[in-house]
Amino acid sequence: MLATLAQAVVNGLLIGGIYALVSIGVTLIFGVVKIVNFAQGEFVMIGMYISFFLASTFGVDPLLSLLISMPSLFAIGVLLQHFLIRRVLALGDMPQIFLTFALSLLLMNIALLLFTANYRTVQTPYSELTFHIGPVYFAVAKLIAFAIAMLLSALLYLFLHGTDLGKAMRAAAQNREVAMLMGINPDRVFCVAVGVALALAGAAGSLLMPFYPAYPLVGQIFVLMAFVAVVLGTLGNITGALIASLMMGVAESLGVQFVGADSGLIVVFVMLLLTLAFRPNGLFGGWAR
Amino acid sequence: MLTLSAVSARYGSVPAISDVSISVGEGEAVGLLGANGAGKSTTLRAISGLIRATSGSITFLGADLAALPPHKIAELGIAHVPEGRQVFPELTVKENLEVGAYIPSAKAERNRTLELVFGIFPALAERRNQLAGTMSGGEQQMLAVGRGLMLKPRLLMLDEPSLGLAPVVTDATFAKIQEVHAMGTAILLVEQNVSRALGMVQRAYVLESGKVIIQGSSAELANNKQVQAAYLGM
Repeated sequence: MLATLAQAVVNGLLIGGIYALVSIGVTLIFGVVKIVNFAQGEFVMIGMYISFFLASTFGVDPLLSLLISMPSLFAIGVLLQHFLIRRVLALGDMPQIFLTFALSLLLMNIALLLFTANYRTVQTPYSELTFHIGPVYFAVAKLIAFAIAMLLSALLYLFLHGTDLGKAMRAAAQNREVAMLMGINPDRVFCVAVGVALALAGAAGSLLMPFYPAYPLVGQIFVLMAFVAVVLGTLGNITGALIASLMMGVAESLGVQFVGADSGLIVVFVMLLLTLAFRPNGLFGGWAR
Repeated sequence: MLTLSAVSARYGSVPAISDVSISVGEGEAVGLLGANGAGKSTTLRAISGLIRATSGSITFLGADLAALPPHKIAELGIAHVPEGRQVFPELTVKENLEVGAYIPSAKAERNRTLELVFGIFPALAERRNQLAGTMSGGEQQMLAVGRGLMLKPRLLMLDEPSLGLAPVVTDATFAKIQEVHAMGTAILLVEQNVSRALGMVQRAYVLESGKVIIQGSSAELANNKQVQAAYLGM
């Protein structure tokens, strides 16, 4: 029993690291640009296909293809902000929601057209590799994914707290108008924020590829988890999103283990409803420290 | 140095200021006085580009500000300390000041300016690692002024620095502003507290319903019957 419990917690934490990359991106865009990006999951999907095609065509290891998927998605993010999101920022919530929701549908359908609905997988030497500590097994591919996800989260934290651009980004998130009075160009800061958020989604895609199939609708699972984590972790709070993502990974895993194989999400959504009922502002404070 | 010629601006369809003409010379301290809603803050917002003038011209050191976005206007050396302090609450005191020196010319001298600001406001040095949002109103006002100074401004625009402060804290704040002015920074001071403002500026404009109704030296305004009756309670 105890071993089963420990195993479920480990499995949950490991996948929670991937959820964290997606939810940190969503909460970063929300915190800085004040827009909800419903298409975040589709950028995970794009990251997966980038790694899939690099692996199937050139034999590039998915972990190595991070070096291509992350910059590619950063560039896509900058273009997305500059040419699309920027134009709806002055409008109300509805045009903003329609924009990212339409983008999500568009990207899924383009992927269906180009790649078909088939599941694509990449076999790596470590895809099936496991080791165990006592009775608890660790899948190597998932452990690597988790470790890199935590490393990228830490790098983001260092960027936001240790660089001038990062501090300017936090300042613009807290008070856009006053940030402009300091000489901060909000358009530039927003482009970087969306670029970084999409790069993290792309990283999630590449990290998933050794143990998870790519298909056009795959992003929906991850964006769903990301939104729950973003709400639990308090909108705009990056540390909150990270912790909530790990909690949700564990909750889902415990649900699968102890409620039923298809019931993992029930536990997650019960957590969401209880939080909204009793702590409607999420479990943590405001913008992340 | 700064010249506004017949500037008008509006919020939506509501005219906020009309035909405002004011100027600030190099190293001068000028007041923009008047009651709540007279258009003082709107004038500052038009200068720093947060709202667009609908007519008239605004020039600063020969540059036409009308075509520039706020962050470019800041780069010319205009620091606007907005009404209600508006420090970045979840940044530390030191981070607030660092962000204040974001423009390239200020960044190059950031550490030196930081020491200077800590010299003027020792309380900020003691609290450098505290989150700005957790400080008292007076301390936040000091930080807002200090953050403005970090830009190494040629012109410092202060919007109601005494707002919400206890009289003794207001005294301290004004003493610090005078110290900054003595170092050669031009100041455009917006105040409802007319008697106190006249004590530190050389010239002032009185705004009413978005128009300049009286202007002159501090001494002239202090002796003006209309000013005395309307703003000095005499």
